[in-house]
Amino acid sequence: MLTTEAPVAKTIELGNNIYLLKILSPNIASNIKPGQFLNVRVSETYYPLLRRPFSVCDVTGDHIFIMFNVLGEGTKILAHKHKGQTIDILGPLGNGFTYADDFETAVIVAGGLGAAPFPYLIRELKRNKKNIISFVGGKTESDVITYGMENIFISTDDGSLGLKGTVVNLLNRNINLLKNEKVKIFSCGPNAMLRALKEFCLKNNLECEVSTECAMACGFGICQGCPIESTHNHEKYLLVCKDGPVFNVKDVEI
Amino acid sequence: MNKVDLSVSVGPLKLRNPILLASGTVGYGNEMSEHIDLNKIGGIVTKSLSLKPRKGNPPQRIVETPAGMLNAIGLANVGVEVFLKEKIPFLKKFDVPLICNIAASTIEEYIECTKILTEERSISAFEINVSCPNVKEGGLQFGNDISAVGKITAKVKAVTNKPLIIKLSPNVSYISDFAKVVKDEGGDAVSAINTLVGTSFNIFTRRPKIYNVTGGLSGPAIKPVALAKVLEINQRVPIPVIGIGGIMNWQDVIEFMIAGSSAIQLGTVNFINPKASEEILKGLEEYCIKYNVKKISELTGSLKLK
Ligand SMILES: Cc1cc2nc3c(=O)[nH]c(=O)nc-3n(C[C@H](O)[C@H](O)[C@H](O)COP(=O)(O)OP(=O)(O)OC[C@H]3O[C@@H](n4cnc5c(N)ncnc54)[C@H](O)[C@@H]3O)c2cc1C
Ligand SMILES: Cc1cc2nc3c(=O)[nH]c(=O)nc-3n(C[C@H](O)[C@H](O)[C@H](O)COP(=O)(O)O)c2cc1C
Ligand code: FES
Repeated sequence: MLTTEAPVAKTIELGNNIYLLKILSPNIASNIKPGQFLNVRVSETYYPLLRRPFSVCDVTGDHIFIMFNVLGEGTKILAHKHKGQTIDILGPLGNGFTYADDFETAVIVAGGLGAAPFPYLIRELKRNKKNIISFVGGKTESDVITYGMENIFISTDDGSLGLKGTVVNLLNRNINLLKNEKVKIFSCGPNAMLRALKEFCLKNNLECEVSTECAMACGFGICQGCPIESTHNHEKYLLVCKDGPVFNVKDVEI
Repeated sequence: MNKVDLSVSVGPLKLRNPILLASGTVGYGNEMSEHIDLNKIGGIVTKSLSLKPRKGNPPQRIVETPAGMLNAIGLANVGVEVFLKEKIPFLKKFDVPLICNIAASTIEEYIECTKILTEERSISAFEINVSCPNVKEGGLQFGNDISAVGKITAKVKAVTNKPLIIKLSPNVSYISDFAKVVKDEGGDAVSAINTLVGTSFNIFTRRPKIYNVTGGLSGPAIKPVALAKVLEINQRVPIPVIGIGGIMNWQDVIEFMIAGSSAIQLGTVNFINPKASEEILKGLEEYCIKYNVKKISELTGSLKLK
């Protein structure tokens, strides 16, 4: 865990208010794992004051990528960073996905910006000779992010693209694809989606890891700002930043 | 070799420099030790410890505000027993003064915690967090109740020989009245300030942004308030003050010392720049060399009002 001043190599606009920032950092690139995150200081002033957490989206050579949509002041500043400007990054932080274990097919389930951590995970899954199926959902067509995904199935709440319904409805419809193989689900998205997915996985006895979110101040375990309820021990919260952000779906209340 | 003498005294407590890390912003030291050399800083103040472990509030616990943040962690902590068994052994590996911060729901709990912890030799001092609800008084904060603060000071002092610091709440009319009662009841120093009560709402859902509705405001936004509180105490009560509130850099530290602080604590800045303490120490040394300050303690209370 380190703080690094890293130069922006490129700002890529994917459209629909979504950006990719390509950053040169050999150090982070060689250490970070899919599902881990970075806590980024977007400004040297006191506005915004706190760092902003982002999943690592991809790694190529000495470069790392983050993917974000412009929400508030922090992401607005990030979207305007240009080549050569340095940004102060804290990371790699947290625990990433476990993807080298004994399964044959990786099933990606992403809702909206929940697509962010998967390009890197998919790259690593392929290196580990896993099959990949991606289920991608959004509220409407413009929310559907397929960047870096493979073997894609799509759903939208309003039916503007793919199946009309949630991504979990979509998964349910294609359940036969999950039946005859050893599969493991990897997911990231809004809490309502993760909740529905958890129910689906428990019912169908499927292995599943989810990447969770919570408002954060430090990102490395010193502020206690990011609790998540454990299913095993109700006396004590887990911390999203340190114990997560990736959890086995069985271990946390969503 | 240091050309400047950065050492300071906070009453009986001797520190190699005035930079302490504030309660609730360093955990129990483990994570910070990956960023800074703990052997270089003036001291660590632990997360508030209670007799039994506390789970703390459900999310959302924090929200950012202009130049600050609100937190309502709910005093989540491992409790005294686990602290002694699991956290102290790590901290003992370092040569850094350890100040134990204590939180409680009754006066008896403050006494009980202190009694247990005072046996531990590696603890250098106690800081009492009085910004806690008093369950016997319907949840009114001890820190707003001058007689409760007096009682806590006297009763805790009676069970320990270690230096006793009372951490004052700024949410009162005259903080110096509270500093005076601490002095009168035998306290060795006061820390000022804890967070200011604040809140923030989502205008679309019309709901509070944090679960607890209100939280404690910290960060640069509170610095002018904190400075004025330190000055008020310094002008009215002869007791050492540890200045806290929105300190981000070495310039802020100098300002707090001039206002009357013997030492200071860094809080929110640790979240943004975990290396802040080391950078600040460097800045302080350079300032002292440049302006011919031989001992940094000369700065304490050196404000010129005319
Ligand atoms: C571990 C982790 C990984 C993340 N990865 C990504 C990522 O890869 N790409 C991405 O676009 N976003 C990601 N996020 C969310 C991202 O951190 C927030 O979108 C960002 O902080 C918004 O900053 P802002 O200043 O633009 O908006 P702000 O002005 O801070 O907030 C705008 C709105 O977003 C809400 N918000 C702020 N922080 C969060 C949060 N952490 N979670 C949910 N809502 C929030 C606010 O309540 C507000 O309504 C991640 C969050 C976490 C905790
Ligand atoms: C997330 C967070 C947790 C805190 N927890 C405690 C605590 O457990 N006990 C305590 O006495 N003060 C606690 N504080 C208050 C700080 O120690 C400090 O008094 C306050 O934040 C003002 O300093 P700052 O502006 O430099 O952060 C906490 C502050 C923050 C931001
Ligand atoms: S964000 Fe500070 S402990 Fe998780």
